Amino acid sequence: MKYIDEFQDPGLAGKLLDGIRAAVTRPWALMEVCGGQTHSIIRHGLDQLLPEEIELIHGPGCPVCVTPLETIDKALEIASRPGVIFCSFGDMLRVPGTDRDLFRVKSEGGDVRVVYSPLDALALARQNPDREVVFFGIGFETTAPPNAMTVYQARKLGISNFSMLVSHVRVPQAIEALMQSPSCRVQAFLAAGHVCSVMGTAEYPELAERYRVPIVVTGFEPLDILQGVHRAVLQLERGEHRVENAYPRAVRPEGNPQAQAMLRDVFEVVDRPWRGIGVIPDSGWRLSERYREQDAEYRFSVEGIRTVEPAECRSGEVLQGLLKPHDCPAFGTLCTPRNPLGATMVSSEGACAAYYLYRRIDGPGAVKEATPVG
Amino acid sequence: MCLAVPGRVMQIEERDGTRMAQVDFGGVIKDVCLEYVPDLKVGEYAVVHVGFALQRLDEESARRTLELFAELGTLQEEFGDPWALAADPDGMARHGSEEER
Amino acid sequence: MADTATTRPTATGPTGLDIQGWTCPAPLRDSPRVVLGHGGGGVLSAELVQHVFAPAYGGPALAELGDAARLSLGGVRLAFSTDSYVVRPLFFPGGSIGDLAVNGTVNDLAMSGARPAYLSCGFILEEGVETEVVGLVAQALGAAARAAGVEVATGDTKVVERGHGDGIYINTAGIGLIPDGVDLRPQRAAPGDVVIVSGDIGVHGIAVMSVREGLEFGVEIQSDCAPLHGLVQAMLAVAPDLHVLRDPTRGGLAAALNEIAAAAGVGVVLTERSVPVPEAVANACGFLGLDPMYVANEGKLVAFVPRADADAVLAAMRAHPLGAGAAIIGECVEAHPGMVVARTGLGGTRVVDLPLGELLPRIC
Repeated sequence: MKYIDEFQDPGLAGKLLDGIRAAVTRPWALMEVCGGQTHSIIRHGLDQLLPEEIELIHGPGCPVCVTPLETIDKALEIASRPGVIFCSFGDMLRVPGTDRDLFRVKSEGGDVRVVYSPLDALALARQNPDREVVFFGIGFETTAPPNAMTVYQARKLGISNFSMLVSHVRVPQAIEALMQSPSCRVQAFLAAGHVCSVMGTAEYPELAERYRVPIVVTGFEPLDILQGVHRAVLQLERGEHRVENAYPRAVRPEGNPQAQAMLRDVFEVVDRPWRGIGVIPDSGWRLSERYREQDAEYRFSVEGIRTVEPAECRSGEVLQGLLKPHDCPAFGTLCTPRNPLGATMVSSEGACAAYYLYRRIDGPGAVKEATPVG
Repeated sequence: MCLAVPGRVMQIEERDGTRMAQVDFGGVIKDVCLEYVPDLKVGEYAVVHVGFALQRLDEESARRTLELFAELGTLQEEFGDPWALAADPDGMARHGSEEER
Repeated sequence: MADTATTRPTATGPTGLDIQGWTCPAPLRDSPRVVLGHGGGGVLSAELVQHVFAPAYGGPALAELGDAARLSLGGVRLAFSTDSYVVRPLFFPGGSIGDLAVNGTVNDLAMSGARPAYLSCGFILEEGVETEVVGLVAQALGAAARAAGVEVATGDTKVVERGHGDGIYINTAGIGLIPDGVDLRPQRAAPGDVVIVSGDIGVHGIAVMSVREGLEFGVEIQSDCAPLHGLVQAMLAVAPDLHVLRDPTRGGLAAALNEIAAAAGVGVVLTERSVPVPEAVANACGFLGLDPMYVANEGKLVAFVPRADADAVLAAMRAHPLGAGAAIIGECVEAHPGMVVARTGLGGTRVVDLPLGELLPRIC
C-alpha cells in the first residue's frame, strides 16, 4: 500500500463517477474548502468529469490567498531589514503586497530564503547566531502544529535570535462566516482532510445542524474527492445534513490530541482579517503571551504600513465562491500568474491560479487561444 | 492548503530531546519530527506536512476504502449503502470490531 | 511608445535605453530589477530576451531562437551555441558543474544536428574559492570533453570579489558542422508529427535539488547529464528529415514543448500517462509540490518526428544506450496553435503552460 497511486486508479474513479451520476437528480452546489483540493480537482480535470448538475465552488482554503495584506506588508518590511534572514514557504514568495513581493525584496538585497519546514528556519538561526532569523508562519490548522512546535523549541533551547511572524487562520469560523453571508449558495461542504487530521471533527456537527448542510471530511487524491462528492450528494438527495468522514485512513474524530495540546499552549484565538473577505471573529491564531519573546510582531515594531489593494482585484468574491475566476474581467489579461493583482492568482492553490495554470480547452473556463509569451 | 504526503518510518531517534525519524516517501528520505505521533513505529505510515508527522495512516482503513470503491454499485443494490454501514455518524467505525483507535 | 513629455527619467548610458519606449506594454516596467525568475527559462527569461536583448543586438540568426545558431560561413554550415552554468551546488549526485558545462553546450549543438567539435571555456571564480575545488571542476570538465569527443580550444579566467559569486560560474561556447540535408529547427514542427522523448524526465532537477540547502533529502537519483550527439546521429541515420530536436533543460519538458508550439504555430497534445517519470522523481515532486514537467533535464531530448518515420526513429533510439527509455508521449495537431494540452490519467484535459520563473516548492 503506497497510499497515492491506489487513490488515483481510473477504473475506481469511473465507478465513483457512475455512483454520483446514478444518485443525482437535481443541481447541487458543493464547496471544497481546501486549496489543495481545488488544486487536485483542476489538475485532474475532475470538475469536467462530474455530471453537469454538480457545481464545485472553490472555497477560501488557501492560506496564501487569505493572509491579510497588512501582514504581507509587515513581512516585506521585516525582510528588507539588514541583518535579518527572512524564511518562508515557497508559496509566499510571489504574493503581492501593496507595492512589491518577497521576490522583489530579495532582488533588492534582502536575505529571503525558501524553506520546506519551519525547523529548517530554526536550524538557520542556530547556524547564524549573529543574524535575526524570522519565519513567516502562515497556514491553516494543518500548519499550525509544526509552527507551534518550532516556537516551543526555540524557547526551550534558548535560541534567542529566532522569531515567527504568525498569521494562522481557522476553517470552522470561515465556514460559518460563509454560511452567514446572504449570497452564499453552498449546499454542502467537503471539509479539509488534513485540517481534520489535526483538529478532528468535533467542531463540525454544530455547523451542520445550524446551517443544515452536509459536511463530508474529504481527502486530496482524485478518488478521495470523488468519494467526498458522492457522500455529499447522497446526503443532499436524501435531505440529510450530517458530518461524515470520507477520509478515515487519515482522520479520527478526536483528531491529534498532542497537536491540539501544543496549539492551546502556544497560540491564542484572535479575530483575523481575511484578505478579500474581511474580519472573521475568532478565526485566527496568534502567539500567546507566554511566547511573546518569539513573536516577530513585537520584536520588530513595524510602523506606518499603508495597505492598498488594486481596485480591479475581485479575489474576495472568488474566495467566497461568488465569482468564477474566468468570469472576472481581469482574468488572464490584467491579472495573470506573471502579474497577479490579488492573492488568488499567486499560488497554484488559489482558484484563479489553478484555473489559469490548469486551464482547459473545453468545459468550464475554456480558453481557445494561447497566451502570447511576453 | 495542506500538502501532506504519506511516508514510511524507517528509523527513529532522539535529537535535542525531540523524537525524530527518517521517513521514506517512495525513495525520497527526509527527517521528520514525530512529537505529534509519539507511538508511531518503524514500518508504519504517517501523513507528513512540512517536516512533521500529523497522523498515522491506517492501512486497514485504506484497504477497506478501496474495497468499497470497487464494490460500488454491486453492494448498493444488495445491502443498501455500504459506506453508511461501515461508518457511524462520526465517521469512524470498524467492520465487526468494537475497538476505537 | 516613447513620450517626449515624460516626467520619468530615462536611463542613461551608452545605449540611451528609454524605459518608456518598450515595444510592447510588457510588464517588465514594473520589475526595475532583475529577479531570479529571469533566469528560470520560462516566461520571465523570454521577456528579457525579447524586450531587452534582441532589440539591442539581435540579428537574423538570434531571431530563430533555437538552441544553437545555424550559420553559413564560407559555404560551410555551422552550429554555434553558448551557455552559462551557474548551478548550485557545484557537485551533485551524478555530476558537477564541469560536466554540465560541456554536455549542455554539446547538446545545444546536437539539437541542430551538428557534430560538436570545439568548445571555448570561460571561468568566473569567486575570490576565496578553494583552488582544489577549481581543480576538481576542471578535471570533470576535461573528462566530459574527452567522453564527448570535443576539444576545449580556448578559454578565459576572471576572479570577482568575495560575496559576488556562487563560487564558480562557467561559460562555454561551442561550434560544430551540420551535415547536408539536416534541417532541424522549432519552426518545422507540423501537425501529424509524433512527439518522442528519449527517456525519464525530471531527473537532473531533482538530483540537484536533493542536495540544496533546506531541501536536502536522500534519494537515489543521479543527474542524467550526458552528451546526446551520438543518439542524434543514430536518429538521423534512419530519418534524416527529422523536424525538431530540443533538450528540455531549464523549464523542463513544458518549456521546450511550449516554445516549439509557439515557434511553429502548432498545438501539442500529450498523453500524461505516457510521459516517463521515475517513481522517486514523482515522489520527490509530490513531496515538494512540483510538477515533473517543469523540472530540468540534462541528458534527454524531445523530438518532433514525421509520422511515417516514428517507428523507425523510436527503434533506433531504444537501441542506443542514451535512448533506452524512449517513449511516444504525444502528437502535434492543428488545433489550439501555440498551446500544449495534456490528457490526464482520468480522462480530463489541462493546458500545460510555460513555466513562470523559478521553480518553488510549496506547502499548499
